[in-house]
Amino acid sequence: MSAALTGTVEGERAALAATGAWTAERAATLEEIVEAAVDRYANVRSVDIDLQKLERLDTFGAWLIERLKRTLTARGANARIVNLSDTDRGLIDEVGLVNQQAMAAERAPNRVMAGLDSIGRFMAEAGWSLALIAHLLGALTLVVLGTLARPSRLRLTSIVHHLERVGWRAVPIIVLSTFLIGAIIAQQGIFRLRPLGADIYVVDMVSVLVLREVGVLIVSIMVAGRSGSAYTAELGAMKMREEIDALRTMGFDPVEVLVLPRIVALVIAVPLLTFLGAMAALYGAALVCWLYGGMEPAVFLSRLREAIWLPTFEVGLIKAPFMALVIGLVACAEGFEVDGSTASLGLKTTASVVKSIFLVIVLDGFFAMFFAAIGM
Amino acid sequence: MSATEPIISVRDLVVGFGGTPVLDHVTLDVMRGEILGFVGGSGAGKSVLMRTIIGLLPKRNGTIQVFGKDIAALNERERRSIERRWGVLFQQGALFSSLNVQQNVEFPIRENLAHLSPRLIAEIALAKLEMVGLSADVRKKYPAELSGGMIKRAALARALALDPDIVFLDEPTSGLDPIGAAEFDDLILTLQRTLGLSVFMVTHDLDSLHAVCSRVAVLSERRVIAAGPIETMLASEHPWLKSYFRGKRGRSVRH
Repeated sequence: MSAALTGTVEGERAALAATGAWTAERAATLEEIVEAAVDRYANVRSVDIDLQKLERLDTFGAWLIERLKRTLTARGANARIVNLSDTDRGLIDEVGLVNQQAMAAERAPNRVMAGLDSIGRFMAEAGWSLALIAHLLGALTLVVLGTLARPSRLRLTSIVHHLERVGWRAVPIIVLSTFLIGAIIAQQGIFRLRPLGADIYVVDMVSVLVLREVGVLIVSIMVAGRSGSAYTAELGAMKMREEIDALRTMGFDPVEVLVLPRIVALVIAVPLLTFLGAMAALYGAALVCWLYGGMEPAVFLSRLREAIWLPTFEVGLIKAPFMALVIGLVACAEGFEVDGSTASLGLKTTASVVKSIFLVIVLDGFFAMFFAAIGM
Repeated sequence: MSATEPIISVRDLVVGFGGTPVLDHVTLDVMRGEILGFVGGSGAGKSVLMRTIIGLLPKRNGTIQVFGKDIAALNERERRSIERRWGVLFQQGALFSSLNVQQNVEFPIRENLAHLSPRLIAEIALAKLEMVGLSADVRKKYPAELSGGMIKRAALARALALDPDIVFLDEPTSGLDPIGAAEFDDLILTLQRTLGLSVFMVTHDLDSLHAVCSRVAVLSERRVIAAGPIETMLASEHPWLKSYFRGKRGRSVRH
């Protein structure tokens, strides 16, 4: 079955006949046929479109016939559809009713204005997300004070559950990655410092770096990616399914029920993970120093004792709970920001990870200044 | 093509997950040009049958013929050409949340008929949206901004985008208010007449069954226990049919 439009012109009258199957599969060809017909019969006054020999018609074909009729009418011709079968009548009538308003041409927005607009939106968004975190921090403080007044309100089961997920189950991956980081730093240190005859200082470099800065940063970034995203996705899904509204109507405070246990679990877990991470990194470094650098473990240990003192270690661990708090706050705030659509769930989860990693690094910078000022 | 020719024909279909089968030797025909209402208790497997026919669930046994062809025996290309001839309205609409309404309807057209001009694609999409009763100002909205009724209509427009021969409707009126549901019934009936559709409709809505369905099939105890016009169902003495069609809710509909 092919589709065609044949026509004869007598003076100012044209008789067109549509034949074959005017269906979706041939719509591209049919559109060309219709466009050509519009040009060819531009000067006639009266057009009859005969559908008697039509074999099949669907919305695509019907619309193209309607479009032919409309374009010809718009050019001043008197176009009619004749010999319409009963089966096709409904469809032709239906498409006769649609697309009556011309499609409004879409105005391309001004590039400069669009750029300014997106910058403005971005800034407003950034401000808003900080405000949200501050809001949640305030709500959390209230809940903590309330819990201190009545410790029985603390949800221990929930805390233990989250502690297992964000703490215990994170141990293998955290230990493995910090072990590798320690090993890599040590290898690079030996490689660069050996020509200078200073390879013993690798121990100073690795231990200070790992205990003060890198250890807690790596752990925080891993936790933000692993647990922060999970928090956002969970709370977001609960928000989407109206579970959070349900909690509220039953008189529960979502911050108390959902946020507090999650953040408490993080605040407990991250320092522990940081400690484990630091140990794994030092172990990795010592192993590389021994196997790659030929430095006996005893030498490593005695150098370590000279290179660091207790505050080096404390600096790293003091930061950990604050990092945990930032990650938890960002993750929960973003989770509550999810709206009805699935797209926003993905968007907010990404935003949660990106923002918490960024804030963790910024916070680390502030801590560096603070500890430098107090001489630690 | 005669009116009594089955467009979908399911024979001895067995579908199950794990132990006991959900559907056990189900046999069902959908005739060309009819609206078949498919009813059954919650969890009886109505959606499972629909999803098995459209190929979302694997079957254990039996045959499914659509347009006279055994679905299982088709190669990739034949399958795609059959899939183009059916449209599915999912229970929650399943509109793509990252696309606006117009793009949702354009999507199947654009993907299946790639050589069409953007103008024609847009015109057809808008025509479909108008056919399902959505006004022009909805077309730029995203699914998250729509009401339940609008989502169903937009999803129906998408299901009809390629002028299918069959549409599968999974509980089309669930979640709509009675007025909206009645309008949707009318819409289905009108579109079925204009476009010459065959409709497979899973539903719980007794009003819908009365208003639009030419035949009703009943799924119970893992098989189709009855199929026929609604009058036959009402007259039946089968206990499940009696309680379904002549229970409290059923009675209020008839009078």
